[in-house]
Amino acid sequence: MKIDTKDVLHIADLARLALTEEETALYTEQMCNILSYVDKLSALDTKDITASHQEASEGAALREDVVAPSLEGEKVLQNAPEKANKCFRVPRIIE
Amino acid sequence: MKYEAVIGLEIHSQLLTNTKIFCGCSTRFGAAPNSQVCPVCLGLPGALPVLNGKAVEFAVEMGLAVECTINRESVFARKNYFYPDLPKGYQISQYDKPLAEHGTLQIETDDGRRNIGVTRIHMEEDAGKLIHGEGAEDGGHSFVDLNRACTPLIEIVSEPDMRTPEEAVAYLKGMRDIILYLGISDGNMEEGSFRCDANISIRPVGQTTLGTKAELKNMNSFKFIKDGLAYEIERQIDLIEGGGHVVQETRLFDSARGITLAMRGKEEAHDYRYFPEPDLKPLVITEELIERARKSLPELPVAKKERFIKEYEIPTYDAGVLISSRVLAEYYEAVVKATAEAKLSSNWVMGEVLRALKEDNREIGECPVSAHNLAELILMVKKGIISNTIAKEVFAEMYKTGGKAHEIVSKKGLSQISDESALVAVIDEVLSKNADSVERYKAGEQKLLGFFVGQVMKGTKGQANPGLVNKLLKERLKG
Repeated sequence: MKIDTKDVLHIADLARLALTEEETALYTEQMCNILSYVDKLSALDTKDITASHQEASEGAALREDVVAPSLEGEKVLQNAPEKANKCFRVPRIIE
Repeated sequence: MKYEAVIGLEIHSQLLTNTKIFCGCSTRFGAAPNSQVCPVCLGLPGALPVLNGKAVEFAVEMGLAVECTINRESVFARKNYFYPDLPKGYQISQYDKPLAEHGTLQIETDDGRRNIGVTRIHMEEDAGKLIHGEGAEDGGHSFVDLNRACTPLIEIVSEPDMRTPEEAVAYLKGMRDIILYLGISDGNMEEGSFRCDANISIRPVGQTTLGTKAELKNMNSFKFIKDGLAYEIERQIDLIEGGGHVVQETRLFDSARGITLAMRGKEEAHDYRYFPEPDLKPLVITEELIERARKSLPELPVAKKERFIKEYEIPTYDAGVLISSRVLAEYYEAVVKATAEAKLSSNWVMGEVLRALKEDNREIGECPVSAHNLAELILMVKKGIISNTIAKEVFAEMYKTGGKAHEIVSKKGLSQISDESALVAVIDEVLSKNADSVERYKAGEQKLLGFFVGQVMKGTKGQANPGLVNKLLKERLKG
């Protein structure tokens, strides 16, 4: 799989990253290298192996529907750059 | 040219679990902002989601109720996008392997019955809530409350099988009824626990390919959905007839103006970069869980309606009203059981009971007149102890005080006068006061009988047994 400048700029846009021309060129090259490295896997014969992204075995562990304590008030907003009215404050979002 | 609309619907319904889908925070509505959050639902680094088993059961029940195939293995996936109400920068949802697929829902409109396909039902988490600031100080900001973040949702996606706004509303009502019967969500559209988006396009009748669709949002009542879709159909037809074409976009329904408007801002082509959620293993549904869910399913609205029509021989309309909620249907059945009067009971429940509740803004579950007490009242009418008119008075009193029918009737002396001698006295008085009318009756004006009956009823404050009055009057007038 080949990554070109257009792909990198699109991904950067989705991730809200503003890249300089140098960075774009650098990441295009790096991402190409990463993908071609991962691409080595396709040399493997996986004809008889079921596709899976997880360790097989039994499925997700399920939790009882019992309320557990939430985080204490102060701590919730502790790392918030801006806060007001017990809320995280962000630039106005126009619907 | 004649056009038809093609409508597909997406429903999001919050599940009535005690805790969130991936953490133990409470889902209680109305708590102080950000008081029901933890590292998991805040998306703090290193926090790991653990799936709520109850939410899975609810979703499986919904799948079974609309005849879906329950996938024995389904996979959670990350849907990536940025919005301030989404703390992780992605929503955990299901993508290519949803929990349930290939279902169907039967709907009924004036055009008859139809089956609408259910493409899929999957589980996901809700986002937080944004409060938009006002005034000089807050006007430039929005405020994020994450209490709702991570609340369990099911998303139900229909096939594009609906052709009219009426069908779309019938489908939504049908789904909501089922959800309420199952008790898995409160189905509150105003508060947003039951939400609907519509995909809508038009095409010339006879064409099989689909036209370009618009996505319609912001319709939080059945009326708005109907109005929004009707407006959008008109808009698209006008556009095409005028030589233009429909643009694929998201539009919002403006209920105040009754129109749809393209969402502001650039509508970036969605690129959610879905990929399997590495923090959750695939969801495995055991045969045992499916069986348990199947057994717990109540009789569902469509089946109940059929049964009411067949078993109680009541009109389709009555059955439709009576099954509109599970509690109402149970109330009605309890009344019928005690009275053995299906239609009379239906008249009472749909008439007096629902009217009183509506005026009072109460639900059937809060009705001060129990099914048992209503049955007693109906039986008193049936036995001729009180007239229908008196019974309505008694009902009003029962509703007000929660009292029993026979107590109110005896306390107020409302029993029908079935004593002939007592009635004869009143009748004689009426006849002597209206001698000229008696002459006219005897001369052939038979319709005056009704007038005499009315006067006697008036003289007895409505308590006379009408059948007996009729009989006695005829006898007296003959002589």
